[in-house]
Amino acid sequence: MSTLPIPLDTARAKQLSAEFGLKGDEFDRVLAILGRTPSLTELGIFSVMWSEHCSYKSSRVWLRTLPTKAPWVIHGPGENAGVIDIGDGLAAIFKMESHNHPSFIEPYQGAATGVGGILRDVFTMGARPIANLNALRFGSPEAPRMKRVIDGVVRGIGGYGNSVGVPTVGGEVNFHPAYNGNPLVNAMTVGIAPKDRIFLSAAAGIGNPVVYVGSKTGRDGIHGATMASAEFSADSEEKRPTVQIGDPFTEKLLIEACLELMATDMIVAIQDMGAAGLTSSSVEMAGKGGVGIELVMDNVPQREVGMTAYEMMLSESQERMLMILKPGREAEAEAIFHKWELDFAVIGHLTDTGRIVIRHKGMVEADIPLAPLESEAPLYRRPTAETPKQPVLDAASIADPVGPLAALTTLVGSLDLCSRRWIWDQYDSTVGGQTVKRPGGADAAVVKLEGLKRGLAITTDCTPRYCQADPEAGGAQAVAEAWRNLTAVGARPLAITDNMNFGNPEKPEIMGQFASAVRGMAAACIALDFPVVSGNVSLYNETEGRAILPTPAIGGVGVLEDAAQSIGLALKPGLDLVLIGDTKGWLGQSLWLREIAGREEGAPPPVDLAAERRNGDFVRARILEGTVAACHDLADGGLLVAVAEMAMADGTGATLTAPPAGVAPHGWWFGEDQARYVLAVTDGAGLVAAASAAGVPAAVIGRSGGGDLVLAGGSSISVATLRAAHEATLPALMEGRAA
Amino acid sequence: MNAVIIVFPGTNRERDMAIALERASGRKPTMLFHRADSLPAGTDLVVLPGGFSHGDYLRCGAMAAQSPIMQAVKDFAARGGHVLGVCNGFQILTETGLLPGALLRNATLRFLSMDCHMRVERAGTPFTANWRQGDVFRAPMAHGDGNYFCDEETLARLNGENLVAFRYATPDGAITPAANRNGARDNIAGILSPNLRICGLMPHPEDLVDPLMGGEDGLPMFTSLVESLATA
Repeated sequence: MSTLPIPLDTARAKQLSAEFGLKGDEFDRVLAILGRTPSLTELGIFSVMWSEHCSYKSSRVWLRTLPTKAPWVIHGPGENAGVIDIGDGLAAIFKMESHNHPSFIEPYQGAATGVGGILRDVFTMGARPIANLNALRFGSPEAPRMKRVIDGVVRGIGGYGNSVGVPTVGGEVNFHPAYNGNPLVNAMTVGIAPKDRIFLSAAAGIGNPVVYVGSKTGRDGIHGATMASAEFSADSEEKRPTVQIGDPFTEKLLIEACLELMATDMIVAIQDMGAAGLTSSSVEMAGKGGVGIELVMDNVPQREVGMTAYEMMLSESQERMLMILKPGREAEAEAIFHKWELDFAVIGHLTDTGRIVIRHKGMVEADIPLAPLESEAPLYRRPTAETPKQPVLDAASIADPVGPLAALTTLVGSLDLCSRRWIWDQYDSTVGGQTVKRPGGADAAVVKLEGLKRGLAITTDCTPRYCQADPEAGGAQAVAEAWRNLTAVGARPLAITDNMNFGNPEKPEIMGQFASAVRGMAAACIALDFPVVSGNVSLYNETEGRAILPTPAIGGVGVLEDAAQSIGLALKPGLDLVLIGDTKGWLGQSLWLREIAGREEGAPPPVDLAAERRNGDFVRARILEGTVAACHDLADGGLLVAVAEMAMADGTGATLTAPPAGVAPHGWWFGEDQARYVLAVTDGAGLVAAASAAGVPAAVIGRSGGGDLVLAGGSSISVATLRAAHEATLPALMEGRAA
Repeated sequence: MNAVIIVFPGTNRERDMAIALERASGRKPTMLFHRADSLPAGTDLVVLPGGFSHGDYLRCGAMAAQSPIMQAVKDFAARGGHVLGVCNGFQILTETGLLPGALLRNATLRFLSMDCHMRVERAGTPFTANWRQGDVFRAPMAHGDGNYFCDEETLARLNGENLVAFRYATPDGAITPAANRNGARDNIAGILSPNLRICGLMPHPEDLVDPLMGGEDGLPMFTSLVESLATA
């Protein structure tokens, strides 16, 4: 048996390394680490491990500055997902991850495998997944292919999540031409595990068997991580072979088999095979454990004949896991996987060499020292350029061309505010029987924990147009809005996962967006006690040089001691409406400005984190004392849109008082000032007095009842008319029919 | 009542069903994996729950209908045993021939997940005893293939022998095309066997048995079964 891999010709290796995405001096680093020219398999391993997608080489220096600790954080970033203590001896395990590039190339499979991948990140840690969410950004529906992308992404998310039996309970959707060539698909999963039964990925125990379970390995997704680390060009459809194919049925079996195995004491370490498949799972597990690993490719279950070691190491075939078992337990573990009709193969063992050695057909195909693969990995502090500040717009200086009710009707039917029913009606949101607040019923989804009173509130948030105008304010706003949405259902916000979607980091203005967004997020996380426990970075979201809007999507998780204390946003008749928070009438970057005045400009609303905290803590306390019938945070579209959404939810109208003196009327109705909520209560005056005592701005702004939305002065519109406009948009767009 | 829930690979609403049965009966049902070839002694009710058995990559329910346990379920039914099939379970019942007809792709060609309303067309059965004839109740539905189809002769028999259990209806009980989201023949949501001991339906009453989840509309099905089978 040969003991050294057969190196490539050096010139050929250098050329291939560029094709594989290695840049600058990265190939020279490979030569230095190995002391020779790499083999094809070795070059493949280096290039995927050092891809932006796997190495975070451009983002790590900034991500390190995010706060990640709190007394309730059990595992922060660095594991497959974040883990927090939620009480009752349980942990919530969650993460959000992007599948942007694959979803544009092949929408159904790209989105489906995005859901599958994030589910595995969560159940690999021992959790049963209890909820899925998704944050989607599409281009203009008129853009080429875009309707097909929207349709395929929605079908793919549903096709996978519905089959695997995890409810899809929430998420968000934006439309903007900046995503025409590069839509975003960010999928989030939340799971539950006993907090003393968390499974980690660090390998241990020299000689312990390395076990492969799940689907067979095929030739799909080879170099998917490399593809995800490059910009798109016009020929992106030619990259379809790099997209993986999902099989939710196998995933469902894998969940049940893994959880059954995890109930025993056989597992030492476990990790899913996600991006870069067998390569990243084996390298990361051995690297974290400080051990060596030797794999025999002949033993890898294979779907196709004649696969090479290079192909097997680089394949991103889905629904596969890698485990280190305690010695001698292989037969017991195998019986569980065979019960679930899944492949189970011992493909190697741990060594004390500190190296990864890949054998195939009697040859050594790779032999790489693990420590330098990580420690010598490229790490860039790329040049940054600040986004120029935009002027603050004065609402009084902007003409209102249509008046409040006409603007409202347009806004509730606009792409960014219209009903998402067409989408969520394709997602199973009730499987599991624990969904307390379904999509559209509240500011955050609420899922009860089976057999307990306790529940989790979950949301995803980001306002990319704010981030484009001012990445720091936008980053802070995304975190604050997630915190606010959890608060608005009565939950105590605990932690976030972040999904950083940006353009090409080699451009200083893009790297500047990234650095500024992180700065804003960090400030908000600290002020709100809302640390980051997991995340994912997706860069190079550009097609033919045009970048997306900077989109740091935030997934937030909060806890309710008793899920029955959660409230929704639907108005009931006979209640006072109280506006919490200060309203200046901020129209810069508002949807009113874009949809009604046709302008995308100005500074976005500032985020006052102290006010955010004070107002939110006040609102949550009122909800938990049981005096609030409905609550909705003010976000896109401002006050009048928020009240209209509360009215449309159950068909109950409201009569609203006139805007206060000193605020331009259109600024009052549609300004997007932050840290605000509308509460429906029986005793508005009492609530205002309590707010005043707590230093929280509050005012009674109307009363619910009837079937119309009535403004001071008598002009009105029926809630039914608003609802018709709100519901018609997506069905008309996607099906060419009325709602 | 001793209820047994059959779990096929890909079944995913077995826990929802167990919660509903336990809420009505106070007893945890038995979960039985599809490889078993017999039912536990003393079984009163067999439930085939929702999900995507074997991925539904072939016709929905076609693979599960060939599982080892299904022969025992057929024998149980032949002896007069009570069987409930919901969603994928209904599909499996039609694939085994325990109920007539077939579930086709939704007429919309999309997965449909939303609340629907059903009118009780046949009260007084073990599955519907706690409803009155014509009652309307709400339940979530979540399926891609729930479009009930049968030939003219079968339809005439189902109607003639009063074996349609539930029809999709408006909240006030009207049987309209708009209420029939998946395009089912004659708005049929659920049917019964001639001995009234086998029932299949597409929507999920088991997911609406708790006010916290939005209501208890589905609970009467399970209390009906408990009360009917307690004396059986």
